[in-house]
Amino acid sequence: MLKDFNKECPTVNDIASKKGPVDQWQIAAFARRRPRVQIPTGPHLFCIVFPREGKRKDINTLFAFRNSMNLINKDVVSIKDFSNKEIGHVLNVAEKMIPVAQGAKKSEMLKGKLLANLFFEPSTRTRLSFETAMKRLGGKVIGFDSSKGTSIEKGENIADTVRVVSGYSDLIVIRHPYEGSARLAAEFSKVPIINAGDGAGRHPTQCLLDLFTIRKEKGAIENQHVGLLGDLKYGRTTHSLASVLARMGAKLTCIAPQELQLPKEIIEECQERGTEPKLMNRLEDEIKNLDVLYVTRIQKERFPDPAEYKRIMSYYRIDKEVLGRGKKDLIVMHPLPRITEIASEVDSLPQAVYFKQAFNGVPVRMALLALILGGIK
Amino acid sequence: MKELKIQPIKNGSVIDHIPPGKALKVLRILSLPKKDTTSIISAVMNVPSETVGKKDIVKIEDKELDPDESDKVALIAPHATVNIIRDYEVIEKHALSIPNELVNIVKCPNPSCISNSNEPISPRFKVISKRPPIKLRCYYCEREPADIEAQII
Ligand SMILES: Nc1ncnc2c1ncn2[C@@H]1O[C@H](COP(=O)(O)OP(=O)(O)OP(=O)(O)O)[C@@H](O)[C@H]1O
Ligand SMILES: [Mg+2]
Ligand SMILES: [Zn+2]
Repeated sequence: MLKDFNKECPTVNDIASKKGPVDQWQIAAFARRRPRVQIPTGPHLFCIVFPREGKRKDINTLFAFRNSMNLINKDVVSIKDFSNKEIGHVLNVAEKMIPVAQGAKKSEMLKGKLLANLFFEPSTRTRLSFETAMKRLGGKVIGFDSSKGTSIEKGENIADTVRVVSGYSDLIVIRHPYEGSARLAAEFSKVPIINAGDGAGRHPTQCLLDLFTIRKEKGAIENQHVGLLGDLKYGRTTHSLASVLARMGAKLTCIAPQELQLPKEIIEECQERGTEPKLMNRLEDEIKNLDVLYVTRIQKERFPDPAEYKRIMSYYRIDKEVLGRGKKDLIVMHPLPRITEIASEVDSLPQAVYFKQAFNGVPVRMALLALILGGIK
Repeated sequence: MKELKIQPIKNGSVIDHIPPGKALKVLRILSLPKKDTTSIISAVMNVPSETVGKKDIVKIEDKELDPDESDKVALIAPHATVNIIRDYEVIEKHALSIPNELVNIVKCPNPSCISNSNEPISPRFKVISKRPPIKLRCYYCEREPADIEAQII
């Protein structure tokens, strides 16, 4: 008898994301590939023993996947780890958090919980926003900012740091310049990890707060016509945003100089998710059609010739006059800090929502913390 | 038995239909020969084949390749077949299929990827396209290496 070794072997995620009973062969194939993983105990019930120690979390995550509204103990490494439904749920909870974020309502939801902020690279804004979110919910925060003076400078690796800190705290927020560092941290941590920037441009909480802002200001994400403007080539945060907007049904127009246009892979990713991004070089041709204008920084370093940089910047500068050509209810977003890409005269216009957007980081992070730590279902 | 270009083996494995010139690479991927075994390994290259023009063949005596192990060969030889030989007869034959995940087989070409630092982890890739051109995505940095063969460990 020839054995059939050609059937595809599913991964944990394949099994986890499959709704309803898991096929017996899938489990068998899975178990066969990973001798240390044991499974079958009936069609609905199965248990996985992971090779690495202390990974109860994975089992919980597995069930969290299967029951998509349960975000308890979920690692937040990439926005791709969230389904549209889960994103919607986080945004709904964030909505309810606003009065608490403003200090108008008190909450003790996360009393007794401890968050560890591990910022191997300085980022005041994001770190303060997490700290605020945790404290507004009655929790406590420990941590460090930049690796100067920490054991990292003495050569300790992230894996060890995370193993140690996950013994102290209930959740770890990490920022590190190496690409993929948050994924690694999640592998070694006994407690959930939130990625606050990992050098690869993955910054899922920024992405969630951007989505929250669009939904809050425009009432929905679906069918909104979003213009992404600026450096769309190197800005990898913008890549994640484009891809998630595409799968949530927004219309996309990418406005950038030829040499800074959205990379081919990301365009294909958007197409696979059902949105055909329109590519343009000049804003003036398109602004009248937009509901949302998302401005990003164009870095000087991208242009060896300062005159060329100046010329490019003059096309992409947002001021009163430019906005005058747009819809009345257009909103202008920016991840901040901005340099000269948006004139300060715009700040007082109703279109300018970038400061509200920055504030939205707090309720969105509160929602995530509450959901992950089980303060809310 | 039909005429064999290579000496028949009594027991072991034969990897057939390897693209011409890649036999030694296949052995390297399988880390063969292993230091502590006496298993005789032979590679035959540029064998005329009725189906694929030319091919390479690798014979490994006294070792039955485990499909888990041999699947990674599919990275460079997607159409290869593994034949298990017992008592001069082919008793099992399977096509290779690339696994969904590759651990410690390909390294990440991205110098700022955490898998290239001093962390206690192995390079790990998700296979996002099994059909040629094969596409891999680094589990850590999510980048997709352009030249996979050059990154095989
Ligand atoms: N005893 C053996 N020793 C060494 N090689 C063998 C032995 N028996 C078969 N082979 C080789 O193994 C491969 C598969 O043998 P098989 O007899 O199944 O050939 P086939 O019918 O041409 O198969 P396929 O359809 O896979 O090409 C061939 O390359 C053959 O030369
Ligand atoms: Mg043949
Ligand atoms: Zn990588």
